[in-house]
Amino acid sequence: MTAAYASAASPPTRGRQAGLRANARGVYIIWYRDVLRYWRDRARLVSSLGQPLMFLIIFGSGLSASLGAGLTSELGDVSYVRFLFPGIVAMAVLFTAVFSAISIVWDREFGFLREVLVAPISRAAVVLGKALGGSTVAMFQGAILLILAPILGVSLNPLLVLELLGLMFLTALALTSVGILVASRLQSMQAFQMIMNFLIMPMFFLSGAFFPLRGLPGWMSVITRLDPMAYGVDPMRRVLLGADLAPGIRIANHHLGTLEDCLILIVFAAVMMALAMWAFETQE
Amino acid sequence: MPSIEVIGLTKRFGSLTAVDDISFQVEDGEVFGFLGPNGAGKTTTINILCTLMRPTSGEAKVAGYDAASQRDAVRQSIGLVFQDPSLDEQLTASENLQFHAHLYNVPGRERARRIEEVLRVVELWERRNAIVRTFSGGMKRRLEIARGMLHRPAVLFLDEPTLGLDPQTREHIWDYILGLQRAHRITIFMTTHYMEEAEHCDRIAIIDQGKIVALDTPDALKRMVRADIVTLQTEDNERATREIQERYGLKAQQEDSRIRLEVEDGAEFIPRLVRELGVSVVSADLHRPTLDDVFLKLTGRAIRKAEGAPVDMMRLHGRLWRGGRR
Repeated sequence: MTAAYASAASPPTRGRQAGLRANARGVYIIWYRDVLRYWRDRARLVSSLGQPLMFLIIFGSGLSASLGAGLTSELGDVSYVRFLFPGIVAMAVLFTAVFSAISIVWDREFGFLREVLVAPISRAAVVLGKALGGSTVAMFQGAILLILAPILGVSLNPLLVLELLGLMFLTALALTSVGILVASRLQSMQAFQMIMNFLIMPMFFLSGAFFPLRGLPGWMSVITRLDPMAYGVDPMRRVLLGADLAPGIRIANHHLGTLEDCLILIVFAAVMMALAMWAFETQE
Repeated sequence: MPSIEVIGLTKRFGSLTAVDDISFQVEDGEVFGFLGPNGAGKTTTINILCTLMRPTSGEAKVAGYDAASQRDAVRQSIGLVFQDPSLDEQLTASENLQFHAHLYNVPGRERARRIEEVLRVVELWERRNAIVRTFSGGMKRRLEIARGMLHRPAVLFLDEPTLGLDPQTREHIWDYILGLQRAHRITIFMTTHYMEEAEHCDRIAIIDQGKIVALDTPDALKRMVRADIVTLQTEDNERATREIQERYGLKAQQEDSRIRLEVEDGAEFIPRLVRELGVSVVSADLHRPTLDDVFLKLTGRAIRKAEGAPVDMMRLHGRLWRGGRR
């Protein structure tokens, strides 16, 4: 037994490839843990659908009644509820994504983060695993809402769903990365909640989920262009409702296409993750 | 090659020196203990050795690797059982170990076998599929010890491994730890502020205010207090203390409502004292020196008393650790 023990505790010197494999394994298990915990927590799964539904029903019905005339001219024959639908899907993605990053603060408070941080894997692997885990979960959460599409008269087909899943995943990746960056240095849940409230709500309201991002005051349209979520809402709406309602975010007289939106989301996610990796790397 | 080699290690937090120029070596296969009050610098030292903190100056080598510059190599060679629980309580025992096995690069075909092996050692195999939240404190600690062993580290770090557990569970945990150590000849580095626990060590370093004040085997340390310890309660402790010092030339210390003195042969001394002392003795107690007495002799304070001020320091560590750099 002693001999077996000694031989198995082989020296940890390893080549570049072996190190890469070890880190890939680390990314995988951190991702897997997040998905497993999500899957096991059915209560969260159901309850976190409540909020988007509430928004859809209350705002959808309430606003379309009172703002009917003004919006109808903008939206053509699309009812406001249908217009709102892609935004609500994106909202489910946003909330799940950002709050899945809260698990880092949670893990820190309950000590589990140390188990991760003393492991012989790089901080980059930790951040990547967390980002992928949060994004997967957020994508699922958004996908569940697609069940409502037929009720709202939005038609779906497999290709469309696939396209939407991709968009949801990229949106989630960008938003989870923001959450991870914030969570990387925070120590208490309260602080996290506060920052997220200052971040989530503006990101949500300025994303184009509620109203078309056209004809806004100058300062506001500048801010909407800085909102990562906007680059998720617009292509999702385009896929679901057509290009008439989502002609693309206009930057310097050019309307962004879906691929350009994706590119922006990816770059944004990459920058946030790089910052989060740095934040983890430099803390003791 | 020593398992742990520390030379001139210092860690400062602002103006506070938590670890002050300490040096020591731990031999291969040794059970080495760090004994001292809370805030003495034990956890800081462990954090540096485990690569969780960088030293301000000095050098620390674990399993032959530098703890500051070869962090991944050190991490792969050590197992850790933290002071505070660090399990995912929403996962099962076996899922927690799966997670660890992946992080520590345990080969796929080995995983299941090793998980079974360590779970059987700590007698949790039957509970492998139970969610950790339902475990008692002792079971959680056992699971953490199992986890610390899973990747077969050369050095196992135990930071207050039995803190907050009842005495019976504590004994059990020690059986597991020492059993593992004997079976695999791993080096164990542990911190504690329980004196009884320190007796399990091959050697002990007594640490106080960031400095090592003594380092030896438990027996050798106890021989530093060369006598029996007599504690007295009298009707007038002031007067009795004075009288004992004048009449017998013994150094008597007052603590709380008691007088404490060291004498060569306590059994013979107590009756004589009761007979000759001008103050009547309420109670007398005699015991062989313990590590408590060693600590008292070396630092002038009882180990529990020494926990007043440094607690702030410990809180500071907590903040620094949790909050990162601010």
